[in-house]
Amino acid sequence: MKPGPAITSQPTSAAAGTSIAPSAPIALPAIDVHDLTVAYHRKPVLWDVDVSFAAGRLTAIVGPNGAGKSTLLKAILGLAPPASGHVRILGRPLREVRRRVGYVPQRESVDWDFPVDALGVALMGTYGALGWFRRPGRAERDRAMGALERVGMADFAHRQIGQLSGGQQQRVFLARALAQDAEVYLMDEPFAGVDAATERAIIDVLRDLRTRGRTVVAVHHDLQSVEEYFDEVVLLNMRLVAAGPVAQAYTHANLQRTYGGRLTILDEAAEAVRTTES
Amino acid sequence: MNLLSFIDWWTLCIAALCAASCGMIGAFLVIRRLSLLGDAISHSVLPGLGAAFILAGTRSPAAMLAGALAAGVLTAALAAGVRRIGRLPHDAALGVVFTTFFAVGVLMVTWVAKSIDLDPSCVLYGLLELVSLDRVDLLGVSVPRALPWQVGLFAGNLLLIALLFKELRITSFDPHLATALGIHAGAVQAVLLTAVTATTVVSFEAVGSILVVALLVAPGATAQLLTDRLGRMVALSAVLGVCAAVLGYLGAVAMNTNIAGMIAVAAGAQFLFAAVFAPRYGVAARAIRHAGLSLRIAREDVLGVLYRLGEREAESTQPTLQHAQAVRAAGATIVARLACAQLRRRGLVEARGDELTLTPLGFEEARRIVRAHRLWESYLSQNLPLPLDHLHDPSERFEHFMSRELQERVAAEVGTRPDPHGKQIPD
Repeated sequence: MKPGPAITSQPTSAAAGTSIAPSAPIALPAIDVHDLTVAYHRKPVLWDVDVSFAAGRLTAIVGPNGAGKSTLLKAILGLAPPASGHVRILGRPLREVRRRVGYVPQRESVDWDFPVDALGVALMGTYGALGWFRRPGRAERDRAMGALERVGMADFAHRQIGQLSGGQQQRVFLARALAQDAEVYLMDEPFAGVDAATERAIIDVLRDLRTRGRTVVAVHHDLQSVEEYFDEVVLLNMRLVAAGPVAQAYTHANLQRTYGGRLTILDEAAEAVRTTES
Repeated sequence: MNLLSFIDWWTLCIAALCAASCGMIGAFLVIRRLSLLGDAISHSVLPGLGAAFILAGTRSPAAMLAGALAAGVLTAALAAGVRRIGRLPHDAALGVVFTTFFAVGVLMVTWVAKSIDLDPSCVLYGLLELVSLDRVDLLGVSVPRALPWQVGLFAGNLLLIALLFKELRITSFDPHLATALGIHAGAVQAVLLTAVTATTVVSFEAVGSILVVALLVAPGATAQLLTDRLGRMVALSAVLGVCAAVLGYLGAVAMNTNIAGMIAVAAGAQFLFAAVFAPRYGVAARAIRHAGLSLRIAREDVLGVLYRLGEREAESTQPTLQHAQAVRAAGATIVARLACAQLRRRGLVEARGDELTLTPLGFEEARRIVRAHRLWESYLSQNLPLPLDHLHDPSERFEHFMSRELQERVAAEVGTRPDPHGKQIPD
């Protein structure tokens, strides 16, 4: 195991009511998002987001459709270029720690007819550490197989991925991230549309990751299970609404503010920018 | 066979090499859904060739290659640019760019063709027939001028795929993940498209741009129908390309027609054959699976009718059903007739004269089906606010697809009460 990261800077200007975990002083931030604004086609989807994700904890990102939850993950991973702001992971810029960050994208993001079996997908998790030109060998295959075992998918290792159920596909994606053996995991709706067995398998894996000191940040859509599954919550609706330990931040008032029905001034501003400039 | 005496082995060898090179690189275009881009590049290299000729004043392969590569890269970049500026869908952007390039290319080639032998029709259809006449000396042996180029192309593509297989695979499957892992998806794509452009340019002089498109796409598409592994798909695609080249060549010699055209036809025929007969994804395999399913459903319907009949009659009498009634119950089709015959052969149903009756084995099976049906009706009525007469039809379908495990989970949820129509759910 790699030694813990040296934290070089503390979160800077946390917005009012959003400072992280006053009751959990041990939890140093694994990810530091500073003043992040992201726009797609000139339409801002994230405005001035300032948030930290505690190391060694399970954090849920919660918010309505179009709140920018997936975009926040993608911006952290460098997949969505920010208009302003920056992100530090494990105290460093992304490019220095890329391989220590695992990503579980949404299931819909890939073509499941692709000619590859479950083991092949899990094996892809090991590609980053291999570097260019080197081919995965026995050690990588063993790691991928071990990851499939951990999510209960070893029996399906040689099944073409399109022939798996939705829940099984999700577990294969999780296995791929496990095979990478990262320190920080970013997951986009890992529980979306999965069966009961998969939900249990995933939550077991998440808790196991936490036990081993890993950080997990998951976009989560099921408001009922946030308190049961996660330690921390980030409420997001284009801007940061609230963040902190579930007991403190996951309040009715904050949910109301996150899911409030009317267009906010920000939405209207974004709309005005889009229709005028394009 | 005197056909052999007409075979020019050099020509066949060049066609096969070219087909293998196109097939292996084309497989990646197919899985990336970029087949159209291969098409676009192979057409839009034309103005590159024209420009290179005008600028360099020669038909030297190096100049041609450089011009075509520049045009190919420009096409891909312009298509991306037009898409962003014009807010067009990807295929429309590509369509606009490559048809324009191609048209400009045709004009340029026609124009320069007046002064030199750069024949537009040769660009389109190739001159496989003449390829072995144009010779160079290589290590003291006289070989077709195209041979060293084709060997180099084949080796280059093979080397590229061997070295970058992992990168090509992950960026094809999940470019976001690849980027997150530090494998630059855009760079890999650029390398692939450069290889496609090089393949097109080296090949088109021998086989023409139409055949290049066919060989880039058809073997890959055929291979995807035949395997579920990328490595095998790429290898198979190369092999299928060679097969198409050999078959097409022989066909063309036998019928005394254009070789390149015949090879493209052979590649298309291979695809058609695979589309029908592929073991898992072919039309025939699907039809057989579907027929098997229809038969099972018909069998289960007959069993269900017999079981329900038994519920209505006194326990002492065995329920019977006339053969014709049973066939009608299962849809009155040939499939229904077959299903009845199968039930008897498998010992689920006994025939006494014209009357059918359940055997003990058949009774067990029938009970399972009726149980699935009523469990599902109960589940639907408890969980969806549906009127009673809306429960039967969905259950009649779903009873055939309900696994034992799902049955038990539904049973645990609906309890042991009778179904919504007041009928007992069998154990």
